[in-house]
Amino acid sequence: MNNEAIIGELRKKFGNDVLETEEQSSTRLTVTIEPLALLKVAEHLYREAGLRFIIASAIHTKKGFEILYHFSNDETGLVLNIHVILNSEKPRIESLSNMFNASNWIEREMHELFGIDFLNHPNQEKLISEGNWAEGVYPYRKEFKK
Amino acid sequence: MSNKFLIPIGPYHPLQEEPELFKLYCDGEIVRDIKWETGYNHRGIEKLAESKTYDQVFFLVERICGICSTSHPFAFANAVEEICRIEITDRAKYIRSIIGELERIHSHLLWAGLAGHFLGYNTVFMWAWKYREPVLDLFEMITGNRNSYAMFKVGGVRRDIENNKIPDILKVMDEVKKKVTLLTGAVMDDPVIHSRTKGVGVLTRQDITDYGAVGPTARASGVAIDIRKDDPYAAYPLVNWKVITAEGGDVFAKAEVRLLEMFESVSIIEQCLEKLRKEKEGDISIKVKEIPEGIGTGRAEAPRGEVFHCVFSDGSNSPVRHKIRAPSYVNIATFRKSCIGQSISDATISLAAVDPCYCCTERLAAAYDEASGKKIFNARELIELSVNKTRLLREQQVR
Repeated sequence: MNNEAIIGELRKKFGNDVLETEEQSSTRLTVTIEPLALLKVAEHLYREAGLRFIIASAIHTKKGFEILYHFSNDETGLVLNIHVILNSEKPRIESLSNMFNASNWIEREMHELFGIDFLNHPNQEKLISEGNWAEGVYPYRKEFKK
Repeated sequence: MSNKFLIPIGPYHPLQEEPELFKLYCDGEIVRDIKWETGYNHRGIEKLAESKTYDQVFFLVERICGICSTSHPFAFANAVEEICRIEITDRAKYIRSIIGELERIHSHLLWAGLAGHFLGYNTVFMWAWKYREPVLDLFEMITGNRNSYAMFKVGGVRRDIENNKIPDILKVMDEVKKKVTLLTGAVMDDPVIHSRTKGVGVLTRQDITDYGAVGPTARASGVAIDIRKDDPYAAYPLVNWKVITAEGGDVFAKAEVRLLEMFESVSIIEQCLEKLRKEKEGDISIKVKEIPEGIGTGRAEAPRGEVFHCVFSDGSNSPVRHKIRAPSYVNIATFRKSCIGQSISDATISLAAVDPCYCCTERLAAAYDEASGKKIFNARELIELSVNKTRLLREQQVR
């Protein structure tokens, strides 16, 4: 399935929840979606399309907190980035960890370093700096200065 | 759950090369629950990368892991070259693959040795580490360093492998092949190793998909994922080789996959060297004037599995954000599946079977007061403190 077919399928299934698409190359595709639709899009990719969750990358920009959920199709070499933009006042999004364990650690890490809340996460404890870091200080936010 | 007692392994334990703390909750001999604490090695490399130029980041990411030190620059180069949309020369591709495969051989031999040590089989440990030495000597000959080779840059490699060095490399490869054959035979036929590793620490296909495990950990459970084949890069699509898989999912299957993979690595290196002879010497890099704005996702198959780098560029000379995912990050989480229900002595080899690398998994230096949250020392003051202590000790010794 080429990129166009993938975009077509996602648009057909999720309609207006797909906000924007960008094709970086034949094996790299970024699809921006409505944050509220994340759970159903991820469910489709993991259970029906059989994609593997690689990791998620968060970044703090002028638009707010952006997260890229990277999925891999190991048969075609495709990396599909599901992009969401979260409000910078109160960043929160549904957790994927009840669907697969692969996202458990990275969501804890993003919560610890960026202060993004993952709703319904089974265990949103600190992953790296337990007992060594001040509460409410998020080192990967842009306003953080040492 | 009747957790009768707790066995802590770490944070500093003579069996482990890096600091990590495992808490095994045991009921008699059987492990009933496992918890771990990481963070002892967290160095904030993703944050540091934002303050370095693209050229400097290569040296930074090379220091994420001391064992597979080329796999991170490999994935980073793939990511940046994707943003620039450039294709490197064939000679650079072959050299990159040769370095990557030499690293796989030495890393797998290191693992085989450690696995033997964990089992209490120190002969395997001494053999494997002895056979690993010539590979490190090759690295010294090719790159000038036994580890942290500094071979990669955007657009190619820093040093050439001159044609007159090829016979020496082939000679060592022949030797490695003989020794690995010997080691594989000894390990695969040994009844003690069979009884210690077969049926121990089993991971099913479902566990691999659920935890997103990669590399030999996944391939030993019959999941044939290998980035070198799935998302080809460097010279891997230009040579013939096959992905090694096993079906058992246990520690034995993981050992089998790693041992057999070394033969494939030797074959890849031999083919690459053969093709290198036909390429023009010195044609190892292309000039890259600027890194445009964009997102680049680079992947590379490290000895432990897929390394993933995501680079966000705004067109300046350093990345705005650099996300790194090492294979151990997803592989270590499978311990919950492989260790629970095992006896304590089998739990240690199950922990070692994924070849965990904590430096890779964690990547700040400031000391805070726990009660008030106030900063006590910053990074510079901590370094000064350390430098002063060394100076004091030296002065005492002179006296």
